[in-house]
Amino acid sequence: MSTSTTLEEPKTGTWDGGNEPLKASYGKLMMWFFLLSDAFTFGAFLIVYGLSRHSHLPYTGSPEDFQFSTEWWPIPEKVFNAFPGFHGVDLPLAFVALMTMILILSSVTMVLAVEAGHRMDKNDVQKWLLWTILFGGTFLGCQAWEWTHFIVGTDEGMLMADGSRVFGANMTMNQYGPPLFANLFFFITGFHGFHVTIGWVLLVIAFISTVNGVYHKRGHYEMVEKIGLYWHFVDLVWVFVFTFFYLI
Amino acid sequence: MQYPWNTGYCLIKIKHTMAAHSDHSNDFHQTGEIPKAQTKVIWKTFFILVALTAVEFLFAFTMDAGTLRNAIFIVLTIFKAFYIVAEFMHLKHETKALVWSIIIPLALIMWLMVALISEGSYYFDSITNYFN
Repeated sequence: MSTSTTLEEPKTGTWDGGNEPLKASYGKLMMWFFLLSDAFTFGAFLIVYGLSRHSHLPYTGSPEDFQFSTEWWPIPEKVFNAFPGFHGVDLPLAFVALMTMILILSSVTMVLAVEAGHRMDKNDVQKWLLWTILFGGTFLGCQAWEWTHFIVGTDEGMLMADGSRVFGANMTMNQYGPPLFANLFFFITGFHGFHVTIGWVLLVIAFISTVNGVYHKRGHYEMVEKIGLYWHFVDLVWVFVFTFFYLI
Repeated sequence: MQYPWNTGYCLIKIKHTMAAHSDHSNDFHQTGEIPKAQTKVIWKTFFILVALTAVEFLFAFTMDAGTLRNAIFIVLTIFKAFYIVAEFMHLKHETKALVWSIIIPLALIMWLMVALISEGSYYFDSITNYFN
């Protein structure tokens, strides 16, 4: 009887409930853990690239003598050396450098939009979201051009044993090297491009909502922050794709 | 009854509105002063990222391909990743528990990477040395 009247001290520790142990809202936490799972997916893709590359013959000659062959894995600077408007000119990695710069710039304008949201500065949020949409769209356009060039191929193509030539790439054959090379290019940059597309659509929705004052009425711009997390992650993935696909 | 998640949500709302401006926080038309933008760290991070990318290209064009050059690329990539995650994604300024719950699982990726790349090398070695 007496035990039932004893008042227990309520627990007030970090993990006892009633507060936020991670000091982040539900939506932001879920975005973080989604991005973690997405990092596993992209990690698996890039690791399979490493596995495939190590299970093929590496090209050990000098870059000047390099020729496309299904025998060995191609060196990226000889595959990705085209630039729009410079047909047939050897410009190794120039276009991918431009794409990298555009994506880093879009990341900066995104974080500026998030910063403006913290200050409840609607005009600045609009301005920086618009810049991010512009850079993101430009990046997607660049990727579309890169894919088109990769699929169509170069003028020389690859000389086969029977004297015929193979031009461009598809899922079973490509002029650059073993079939797996093109498959991995399509899957890895394609999956990344798909993420950028989703992020771009989210940015457009956020921009429309900002213009309509949805977030301002809500009292905070957390939605911009969450989309920002996703957008930075896409940039982060590109940093790794750039290194493992284009540099190494 | 007040559920913990409800209080949590309210806390967030209060935190955001108070950080922004204390009066008329739900007004459609802004009446209070908008604080000045604090963008110094953002632009600094941007220039670090650009510089690291430029260094990567420098190595790509001036150094012959090999293990050392690949190691340099990977180290520079990890630096770039750190700046994006820490500053742009703000993870550096989150609680320790959140930082670790993101970082520790990623260690598993390193394990998978080492395991599968050595598997690839072994496969290549088997094909070229034992079956030819």
